[in-house]
Amino acid sequence: MSFLDFSEVNLQHAVERLLAEYIHCIDDDQLEVWPSFFTESCLYQIVARENLDRGLPLGAIYCDSRGMLTDRVVSIRKANIYEAHHYRHLLSGVYVEKVKEEYVRVKSNYVVFRTRANGESEVYSTGLYKDTIVFVDKELKFTEKTVVYDTSRIDSALVTPI
Amino acid sequence: MQNGPNTYALQWPARNAGYVVPYEVFTDRECYQQEQKSLFRGKLWNFVGLAVEVESRGDFKTTKIGETPVIVIRDKDGEINVLQNRCAHRGALVCREPRGNVPRLQCVYHQWAYDLTGKLRGVPFRSGIEGKGGMPESFELNAHNLKRLRVETLAGLVFASFAEDAVSLEEYLGEMIVNSVKRIFNRPIKIIGDQRQYIHGNWKLYAENTRDPYHASLLHLFHTTFGLYRSSQTGACLMDEHKRHCMLYAKAATSNSQTDNEVFKDVRSFDENFKLADPSVLQGKPGFDDGITLVIMSLFPNLVIQQIANTLAVRHIVTDGTDGFELVWTHFGYADDDDEMMAIRLKQANLIGPAGYVSLEDAEAVEIVQKAISQEQGGGSYIAMGGGQAEDAQHLVTESAIIGFWQNYRSLMSL
Repeated sequence: MSFLDFSEVNLQHAVERLLAEYIHCIDDDQLEVWPSFFTESCLYQIVARENLDRGLPLGAIYCDSRGMLTDRVVSIRKANIYEAHHYRHLLSGVYVEKVKEEYVRVKSNYVVFRTRANGESEVYSTGLYKDTIVFVDKELKFTEKTVVYDTSRIDSALVTPI
Repeated sequence: MQNGPNTYALQWPARNAGYVVPYEVFTDRECYQQEQKSLFRGKLWNFVGLAVEVESRGDFKTTKIGETPVIVIRDKDGEINVLQNRCAHRGALVCREPRGNVPRLQCVYHQWAYDLTGKLRGVPFRSGIEGKGGMPESFELNAHNLKRLRVETLAGLVFASFAEDAVSLEEYLGEMIVNSVKRIFNRPIKIIGDQRQYIHGNWKLYAENTRDPYHASLLHLFHTTFGLYRSSQTGACLMDEHKRHCMLYAKAATSNSQTDNEVFKDVRSFDENFKLADPSVLQGKPGFDDGITLVIMSLFPNLVIQQIANTLAVRHIVTDGTDGFELVWTHFGYADDDDEMMAIRLKQANLIGPAGYVSLEDAEAVEIVQKAISQEQGGGSYIAMGGGQAEDAQHLVTESAIIGFWQNYRSLMSL
């Protein structure tokens, strides 16, 4: 399939649907499903805007394969110790920047509210998704997702993916 | 800024076996204020940054020593200055950005201008306007410089002291720490990036945590599971003569599975058979020829230097009241790293930092203590693993360096 065959409206709809499925997957705590949103060979990284602005490559999370995403989930479930919490993602400004036959580039703004055991919700992280989306067997997948976070001071810890 | 007499007092509980730390020192506001005076502005050395962060003339970064804002800036002669970030006029922050490059320092409030060593060079309307206003005749520029701290560097690490009469940095650190710092900073470094983390607990709970090899294989199960660190490995817990600082090290591949299965049989979810879907995160290269694969060095009061596998980082502790602190992780490699080595460091960065497989638990450990003791009156923690004395240990089953921390702390705080 070629992205060039899509009308603008249909493409916008398809991209927004993928992003909606993605954030609901995390917010519904279906983390075992989360890696399936990515291609086998992919890049998922969470990087501070401060580092990007300085031209520094360091991320808080850096995964360059679907296997690494699976390992994150297994570690979260089996090994790591952290305070129980829930995320609620809000997404807006979904903007298809570039359309090519093979891929589209999309950026969108996100806010993640985190609710912890005491029942208080707070703005945990806000920033930008920079996504590259491709077709794999007629399904849309992220081949790259760079989460650029403005909230450069991570509160307590970063456990659940964004 | 004067070091007046200590106003905070406390009856430190004594115990025959083991050591007790009264919880009050983690929650008491007066104690915290005393620390700002006696430790962060006291007669010792605080870490402020890496020399490569201010590489060129005019490069600066702003940070804090405890809660006191400072500017780290390289002057025209190439020297690094650490200046209190407070205008000599009316006390405004002179530098308001985290980093940058400037020809001079100028306060925005009334445009008082300082050179890069903090000397006052210009005051607008000093002689008034058309004979009106102006500063008094007796006003002298050189009586109103920015407060300049003593600065010393060791292998590219920059330290500052508010005290003119502090001992030299090398004497303060002691030979063992100086050598251990030089081992890691053995050639020019290259910064990979920062990670900033806010932990809701007293900074001393983190100081204890980084001097505690006992918890590492029990709390950080990823460590244990993948053999990055196990209490059964060859290692040691060493302190300087004054017990100010601590160095923990371990050598991977020095434990065997038979012993480990016995030692860890009661440890939750330790599973030697667990395999990563993509083990590349653990594939590194020997970084040092001494076989040491893990180093956690804690320099009193505000720095941790670490080598875990191929990750290298400094962790800078910035206090924020009794129940919070910021931890700034600066990851680095060496200037001569090739692309392959840099790729390894970036990937292994998953291990450490606020999202680190082997470090994200530390925030939770600090926070659950702070939550439990916030209203505590009279209670204290109990520290005895390894014998309950502040002595070096040639193993990792010890809390001795935590006791060393408190002995030094009490001496500085007169407690």
